[in-house]
Amino acid sequence: MIRVFLVDDHRLFLSGVKSELRVGFEVVGTASDVDTAIAGIRRTRPDVVLLDVHMPGGGGRTVIEAIGKERPDTQFLALSVSDAAEDVIAIVRAGARGYVTKSISPAELTDAIRRVHDGDAVFSPRLAGFVLDAFASDAIQPVDPELDQLTTREREVLRHIARGFTYKVIAQRLHISVKTVETHVSAVLRKLQLSNRHELTRWATDRRLV
Amino acid sequence: MVPRRPHRTGPPDIATQTEPTGTRRGAGFWRSHDQRVVAGVAGGLAERFGVEAAYVRACFVALTAAGGVGIFAYLLLWTAADQERAPDAVVRPARPLRDLGTLCILLGVMLVLRTIGFWLGDGVVWPVALVALGSSIIWSRNDDNQAWNRLASAATNAEAPGRTALVRLAAGGVLVVAGVALFLVGSDAITSSGGAIIAVVITGLGVGLILGPWMARQAQQLTEERRERIRSQERAEVAAHLHDSVLQTLAMIQRSDTPRRMVSLARSQERELRAWLYGADDQQADRLQPMFEDVAARIEQRYDLPVELVVVGDMLVDDQVRALAAASYEALQNAAQHSGADSVSMYVEVEPEHMTVFVRDEGKGFDPQALPGDRRGIAESIVGRMSRHDGGATIRSEAGSGTEIELQLPRE
Repeated sequence: MIRVFLVDDHRLFLSGVKSELRVGFEVVGTASDVDTAIAGIRRTRPDVVLLDVHMPGGGGRTVIEAIGKERPDTQFLALSVSDAAEDVIAIVRAGARGYVTKSISPAELTDAIRRVHDGDAVFSPRLAGFVLDAFASDAIQPVDPELDQLTTREREVLRHIARGFTYKVIAQRLHISVKTVETHVSAVLRKLQLSNRHELTRWATDRRLV
Repeated sequence: MVPRRPHRTGPPDIATQTEPTGTRRGAGFWRSHDQRVVAGVAGGLAERFGVEAAYVRACFVALTAAGGVGIFAYLLLWTAADQERAPDAVVRPARPLRDLGTLCILLGVMLVLRTIGFWLGDGVVWPVALVALGSSIIWSRNDDNQAWNRLASAATNAEAPGRTALVRLAAGGVLVVAGVALFLVGSDAITSSGGAIIAVVITGLGVGLILGPWMARQAQQLTEERRERIRSQERAEVAAHLHDSVLQTLAMIQRSDTPRRMVSLARSQERELRAWLYGADDQQADRLQPMFEDVAARIEQRYDLPVELVVVGDMLVDDQVRALAAASYEALQNAAQHSGADSVSMYVEVEPEHMTVFVRDEGKGFDPQALPGDRRGIAESIVGRMSRHDGGATIRSEAGSGTEIELQLPRE
């Protein structure tokens, strides 16, 4: 039973997700703004927090920044109608382990929550595209090659995610295990969160970010 | 320093007895409320040391006469004093009375300065003082208008706030005009060679002082009105846009009978609204990304089939991009017509050397070696178009497990 906390300022959406999470999940609380979300998460100690990017009082990013450090066991999954690049990258850099759009199917959503709960990263095709874009140019010498560049394999995995394949199919096509696909995606997530890559910064600034 | 007895209600020591204990701060005395002429400094000192306020005032006047030290001492003590104590039932002097007091003090100071020789000359100082007094009456935006209100109603027999401003303007205007006239008459400005110009300039300044506040207020009002107008225009524009797009679509969704049609309507509306909100403006019209977004939107609208589009990289549209977009449209159309899939994904990547497109569905698939006659044409228009532009197309499909078409073109 995964304990889930929902943060969204659209009640209709909250109740919709709540009914989709009947089997295998326990919705321990909901909140519609940043302050009640922070208080509620502190009180209920959920495993996974599903949160909207845009909310009154600062948005999902503020919640992650307030809670993330004090509760390292709580995982965050961002969920939004907006898939503008700046929103996606900002919330992932704040500490979310994934980003899915609200048009996601119920099965995909429960799958994503389980994955995030297991400590893996959840990349939608869009997010994979943004990351590839952000790490694209090799023209500039990276400061920290460990963090500032994607390996060929990681790039390959991201391309497949962007093309719409599931992790399982990607594993088959690349002749690796699903676990290895997950490892690659988690490595990319870490780079995205930690890299101070010049290109990434510039790319972000271009999109009115940072 | 002013020979006017303060109106007061009792001996100074009463105030001393009633003052709160243990709350002294600052210089250890308060400015007096009930023994004030200017700011209550002398009164406060008198209360503090238990002497008659008149003696303290006499000291200040004497010090002032001896080179102006008294004024500075007074100002210094004023700043050093604690906030005036809130009196229990002190009737503050009416405002005109206090104004009059201040006026008398200023007059005294000026006379002292004149006596000790710190003076620009009668012909300059008196007119300037008159003008300053007049304009201060006009410019003052103090809400304490009671005295003026009374004056106004006495003068016009009407209790209208608007009259107050008029009376004020008139009183101040008379003073300013008098000051200007005095200056022009007193100096030899009129008779000297450039006299006319100086007279005009000085008069202009006077008029500016009189009309300035009124004009400033008018200008401010005008700006506010304009801002409000722009705001309401923007609101109307947003409302109009939402009506033409979102509300219409919502109405259509309520009337549509198939879920697929609903999804398609919602998606195309979302796409359009997003473009409007995030400003996919005309500047971007010649870029690759919006071109492929348009391709996806056309398929969604025509076939009610959601297209999951991801674009990595961007470039200016050229013939190669146009060819790639056309072939991509064919590939999407192929998926929409024959695959039976619920959605199709399109991935576009721009690399330094070439561009790649993947169009993929999870529909029923087919055997590329055994294409039926009507589909050979579509494959031809994809494969043929690619090879004409020095690129290539690969079709991967298996009956039952979907289709993926890969298109690749070199950049120019």
